[in-house]
Amino acid sequence: MHLSETMNSGFYYLAPLLVFAPLVGLLINGFFGKYLSEKVVGAIASLASGTTFLVAVLLAHSTALNHGQVVQVPFAAWIHAGGLQLDWTFRVDTLSTTMMLVVSGVGTLIHIYAIGYMHEDVRFKHDEARFSRFFVFLNLFILSMMILVSGDSYLMLFVGWEGVGLCSFLLIGFWYELDLLSLPSWSNSNAAKKAFITSRIGDVGFLIAMFLTFWHFGSLQFDAAFQAAPSVAQVSPGAITAITLFMLLGVAGKSAQIPLYVWLPDAMAGPTPVSALIHAATMVTAGIYLIARSAPVYSLVPQAQYIVALVGAATALFAATIAVGQYDIKKVLAYSTISQLGFMVAAVGSGAFVAGMFHLITHAFFKALLFLSAGSVILGIERGHHTHAHHAEPKGKKKKEEHAEVFDPGDMRNMGGLRKTMPTTFWVYVVGTLALAGIVPFSGFWSKDEILLETSLHYPLIYWLLTAAAFFTAFYMGRQIWLVFFGEPRSDAAKHSQESPPVMTIPLIVLAALSLLGGALNLPFSGFHNLTHWLSSTISGVESLPFNWGVAGMSTLLAVLALVVSWFLYGRNPLKEKQIDPLKKPLGWAFTGMENKWFVDELYRAVVIGPYERLAAFLADAVDWKFWHDFVHDTLIVGGFNGLTKTLLDRNVDQRGIDAFFNSWGAFAEWLSANLRKAQNGFIRTYALATLLGVVLILGYLILK
Amino acid sequence: MVSVNYYVALSAILFSIGALGVLSRRNTLIVFMSIELMLNAANLAFVAYARTYDTFSGQIFAFFVIAIAAAEVAIGLALVVEIYKSRNNVNIDDVNSLHG
Repeated sequence: MHLSETMNSGFYYLAPLLVFAPLVGLLINGFFGKYLSEKVVGAIASLASGTTFLVAVLLAHSTALNHGQVVQVPFAAWIHAGGLQLDWTFRVDTLSTTMMLVVSGVGTLIHIYAIGYMHEDVRFKHDEARFSRFFVFLNLFILSMMILVSGDSYLMLFVGWEGVGLCSFLLIGFWYELDLLSLPSWSNSNAAKKAFITSRIGDVGFLIAMFLTFWHFGSLQFDAAFQAAPSVAQVSPGAITAITLFMLLGVAGKSAQIPLYVWLPDAMAGPTPVSALIHAATMVTAGIYLIARSAPVYSLVPQAQYIVALVGAATALFAATIAVGQYDIKKVLAYSTISQLGFMVAAVGSGAFVAGMFHLITHAFFKALLFLSAGSVILGIERGHHTHAHHAEPKGKKKKEEHAEVFDPGDMRNMGGLRKTMPTTFWVYVVGTLALAGIVPFSGFWSKDEILLETSLHYPLIYWLLTAAAFFTAFYMGRQIWLVFFGEPRSDAAKHSQESPPVMTIPLIVLAALSLLGGALNLPFSGFHNLTHWLSSTISGVESLPFNWGVAGMSTLLAVLALVVSWFLYGRNPLKEKQIDPLKKPLGWAFTGMENKWFVDELYRAVVIGPYERLAAFLADAVDWKFWHDFVHDTLIVGGFNGLTKTLLDRNVDQRGIDAFFNSWGAFAEWLSANLRKAQNGFIRTYALATLLGVVLILGYLILK
Repeated sequence: MVSVNYYVALSAILFSIGALGVLSRRNTLIVFMSIELMLNAANLAFVAYARTYDTFSGQIFAFFVIAIAAAEVAIGLALVVEIYKSRNNVNIDDVNSLHG
């Protein structure tokens, strides 16, 4: 439907505000942020994000009134070149408004939380410019994400895709000169580079997929491409397979799937609100959105779908096992995010687009909640560390030594017993854990169950991989709860930890409520398939499956069993200070593998990075320096030029040859002018005679010719 | 009616006399008069042909020539006066300071 027809029947004309509200916010903070107080900067940024959320709500409302009709809001002409006609158009349909609501809703809560978090961060030394820069980046992220989800073509989506990648880079390296312990280090900027470069490998795949799309479908605009897809599939099914698989590479880069997931754990170097917003709730789900958006293309090639599902399921299980062996509170959640993204990719790969989107939404709620709570825990520990250091070490010199001692506030081995000192954080963390573990009636149960149910029907291998991953999920979350919040404090910092201020805990409580109730979006009982019904107007052919007691019972049983096992290992006998993990002994080498992320980083270093560096060194030293510089440049060009110059500068060539030649021309011109000037003698009668003769000649020629 | 050939012949004779006068005389005033003679020779030819072919354009052209000749004489005589003031004669061969 075109805009003009619906202009009066909705709020569609507000769509550009999705992008321009955060733009205004970031311009104000970017130019005047350092003159404004922290509260004003935070309020402006949150307001900008909140406006985006409001617009998203209005757009969703209009879409609902129009029964899920797709509406394209043209905004600006962009590229018109040959057969390529691309405009900046906002696409408002049920899928894009769903993403808009999740991104801007969770984003706004995280903006508010970040006001408190950034103020409390130990690395923050009341540097107002840096404080406002953080919010500029956050608003830029919301802006890019809105371009991504509202784009009406693959290229517009790609603009947002790259934009969020840039924001991810900027925010992972936000403390680019400090490490987690606020010591000078380049580890954060290295993590940022790793994220950027790894995603870039995926982006190459996405780009190739776009080129192929344009080549075979003749358009990058969604509707036009999807319309052309079935006929292309008849002629050259290989093309569609190539498009979908190259797109999968892009998805693997952005949504952290095997083999490109390695950047996401390192991305935890960024401030915790960033981990929650970008690296858990929103940006990393862009890949799932891309596949869901391309559903008409994926539906044509079942083999490619199966590969997508397999990648997702393998990632889900692989990352879940690594999460079991991690000690850093954020690293556990990072691997958990990879694992959950694997669930979503497996879902959209098996054609369960609604289940994937459903899990995307609930995951955004509970994983943002878990990350923000983890941030609250880390800050609580940091506060405890500082008050303790101040009280216990009154003398300046000794205090310095105490600070120099390596203390990692994110290490779960330094925690314990936090449920007493940080009760609010504890309760919301429990809610997040139960949602992630998939316990009835938390939101994660419903969405995960839908994925398991859909896969169990057609893809038994994927179903079992995901079920195993679900077991590990519940286990590592149980382990985390027991290690962090139960038992006795294993460090003085944990003993003196303090609860976070309301500006941080209130967003946590809101997210906890959403994590608890989010399942209501799509309950598997007839009459409650709200999300399925909502998305069915955008993704054709989605159907809702009836509730299956077998699958649900199986996953619940495994989740409860995993929680019990984790209690048995970590809850019954709480970990003591300096005690090694109780899993290490029974599991042996397997646990060593989990602890060390199955040595994937080391493998990549040996197989990819090492040869690449040697190739680069060879190219730089042998090819560039020795061949190009020394031989071609110095020997051939410089040497040849010197020889040529020497020859030309020789007295015989230069003076007697070249100079003499040009001087003779000069002499000729002089002689000629000396003779010609004699004709101009100043007598008018001479000129008149010449004129007369000329006229006679011309007339004579004309008459006699 | 007299044949046009006679007029044209007369025009050619007048023109030649004028041309000779321009080329041979040194007095600027005489040169001027010779130029006028050439112009009027041309006028005569214009008018003669105009009558023969029964058109107006030749006659109109003659009027243009007369008007322009009048303007030319006005400027030319002013120049002659100025030349006389500066050199006390009007010998055209003395005015040759632009020679190469």
